[in-house]
Amino acid sequence: MMGGIRILLAFVALAAGLAVAPYVFSSGVALTMMSLMGVMIIFALSYNMLLGQTGLLSFGHAVYYGLAGFCAVHAMNLIAANKLPVSLPAVPLIGAAAGLFFGLIFGAVSTRRAGTVFAMISLGLGELVAAFALVLHSFFGGEEGIAANRAKLAPFLGYKFGPQIQVYYLIAFWCLVCIVLMYAITRTPFGRMCNAVRDNPERAEFIGYSTQRVRFQAFVLSAVFAGVAGSLAAINFELMNSQTVGAATSGQVLLMTFVGGIGHFAGPIIGAVLVTFLQISLSDITKAWMLYFGLLFILVVMYAPGGIAGWLALHRPLLRGGRIFKLVPIYALTAVPLAALVLGCILFIELAHHMLVEAQSEGSMLSVFKIAMNGAKIGPWLSALVLFIGGALGLRALWPRVGDAWALAIADSSGKAAA
Amino acid sequence: MLELITFSTLNGVLYGMLLFMMASGLTLIFSMMGVLNFAHASFYMIGAYFGFEISRRIGFWPGFFVAPVLVGVIGGLIERYGLRQVHRFGHVAELLFTFGLAFVIEELVNMIWGKLPVDYRVPPSLDFVAFRLFDTTYPAYRIFMLATAVAMFVFLLVILKRTRVGLIIQAALTHPNMVAMLGHNVPQVFMMVFGVGAGLAGLAGVIAGPALVTQPSMAALLGPILFVVIVVGGLGSLGGAFVASLLIGLVQTFAVAINVSLADAIGPSAASLFGELGRAPLAQIAPVLPYLLLVLVLIFRPRGLFGTRET
Repeated sequence: MMGGIRILLAFVALAAGLAVAPYVFSSGVALTMMSLMGVMIIFALSYNMLLGQTGLLSFGHAVYYGLAGFCAVHAMNLIAANKLPVSLPAVPLIGAAAGLFFGLIFGAVSTRRAGTVFAMISLGLGELVAAFALVLHSFFGGEEGIAANRAKLAPFLGYKFGPQIQVYYLIAFWCLVCIVLMYAITRTPFGRMCNAVRDNPERAEFIGYSTQRVRFQAFVLSAVFAGVAGSLAAINFELMNSQTVGAATSGQVLLMTFVGGIGHFAGPIIGAVLVTFLQISLSDITKAWMLYFGLLFILVVMYAPGGIAGWLALHRPLLRGGRIFKLVPIYALTAVPLAALVLGCILFIELAHHMLVEAQSEGSMLSVFKIAMNGAKIGPWLSALVLFIGGALGLRALWPRVGDAWALAIADSSGKAAA
Repeated sequence: MLELITFSTLNGVLYGMLLFMMASGLTLIFSMMGVLNFAHASFYMIGAYFGFEISRRIGFWPGFFVAPVLVGVIGGLIERYGLRQVHRFGHVAELLFTFGLAFVIEELVNMIWGKLPVDYRVPPSLDFVAFRLFDTTYPAYRIFMLATAVAMFVFLLVILKRTRVGLIIQAALTHPNMVAMLGHNVPQVFMMVFGVGAGLAGLAGVIAGPALVTQPSMAALLGPILFVVIVVGGLGSLGGAFVASLLIGLVQTFAVAINVSLADAIGPSAASLFGELGRAPLAQIAPVLPYLLLVLVLIFRPRGLFGTRET
């Protein structure tokens, strides 16, 4: 019961946060970014229904997002042309229906097997749809894509959804609805069966469930929510092009979900917010941002497979036992070599990128973190090397002590709880 | 017509053999380690760029021999210090690792050699006409590519079937624990297979670079086709990978060469039945065909053409 109230409170807080956010971050850039974050949160959560909850690694999730987006664009154009009495807030339902349709068709083909084979089928289907997208010009619009005008639809309570702020609230509303629904699904017996199929398919079969059927149902549900996300993206951008069904979008949703953490419900939300923020802000600062994303992803896979949410969850018992402050000194100490290591890497990548790509046209001067330096001199390279090696050595020396401090704090807080 | 068939067959076989150079390593790695290596096509790309860089500085022939070795060493190091660390988190983590690796390699290539195609040329010693048939010439370099691919195929076959190392590899495919019990260093065998597989992909890149286009997207373009090949051929089956490579190579080449649409083939009813697809010429639909084949195989024959196990 206590848990139920806590979760209700969390959703109320989330709703309040979504409502207040445009007043806190009121600039145009922030509003665009937050709208995109809302779309990506739904998309990443729908992806985690497959990867995190049912253990299905998909490389073609953009198919449902993109196809539903195209359906939404065509529906919007159709509604506007025929002056049908449908207003914009209902368009995501069309996206959901499109997601359901394609989820049923492709799900029947791909969920027969789990594991690597499922991953390959999803990749094949993704490539198939992406290849078709370049052939079928009337539906996918070729290179330039298909545009729509969201303000041409019937007004909803007087709102025409022309300004971005109105679209933000529309996305926020659907985002909240989808988060609540997807969370509710994880709490049903079906949600638990998904976990069972992920963890031990053989046993799930023995207690009388068809694992193929559970996978199929989870797949279709996930496609429905991806469809909602795709139609919201169509509303937000008023444009869909063939890239949205392609491998890059599928890779992006995998990246943000995994970095956020697939083991916790909130993981994909964290991942979607963080990756969207970094994508928009980093692409202004550095041209090598895609490389940073790739490296971040590999590091998470190698050293923190639970993602950010998994790392945060490690500290929950400490927070509850009131021993979290015990970790502050060792974390502060470790932050120094870690920062040096990261700085060294960034400096090296920026220097290399500048000298290899831009030096011919712009000369060897560049600035990293607003500090001007000359890439043709040895000084900056040497400092990058020193930072990198020093950071690596320091981290290596301190790493075991972080683990020890954590174990000690855990033992302490559980000891306190027992007493 | 005969001219078209002859040259398309030649080119199709050539493309198929190139595919097989990569697919053989990929399917061996998959059946031994259970890892579907997303970065396999990236090794092909690195091979092409290394070949370009060495041929620009020293010459084509040093690149032909050195670049694949370098790529193989890089592959081995990645297995030893990357993949093996991730192994304890399971197959999904391994797959994700190679996925991230493919991403990083593409970005690194972008950074080092730029986004535009590089000028990787056929060496002058091979830049002549091999033969002339029906007034169309066939470049010697293509014959050289074909010869290299065939030589590699024979080499691989002899190693696997006739040597002690091949025996251990074959045993490790099905019974890795038993092989380890007998005192063989299975992780080292894995590293070697991964390195040799990467090296073969690198060799394919070195010889394909001048004939095709050496650009940063070449890995992303070819990678999915490789998966089609190993699934259609049957996972873990070298013979299947060989047949599937040739099949895909021929299908792709003929589809591009034959300029008919469905409407031409079955009459105007196709246009009403398939709409836009019916009117599009086969050359335009060609990129779709491998994936269509993949989906059909997975529906009707999940273990692939020659696979021994259900995929």
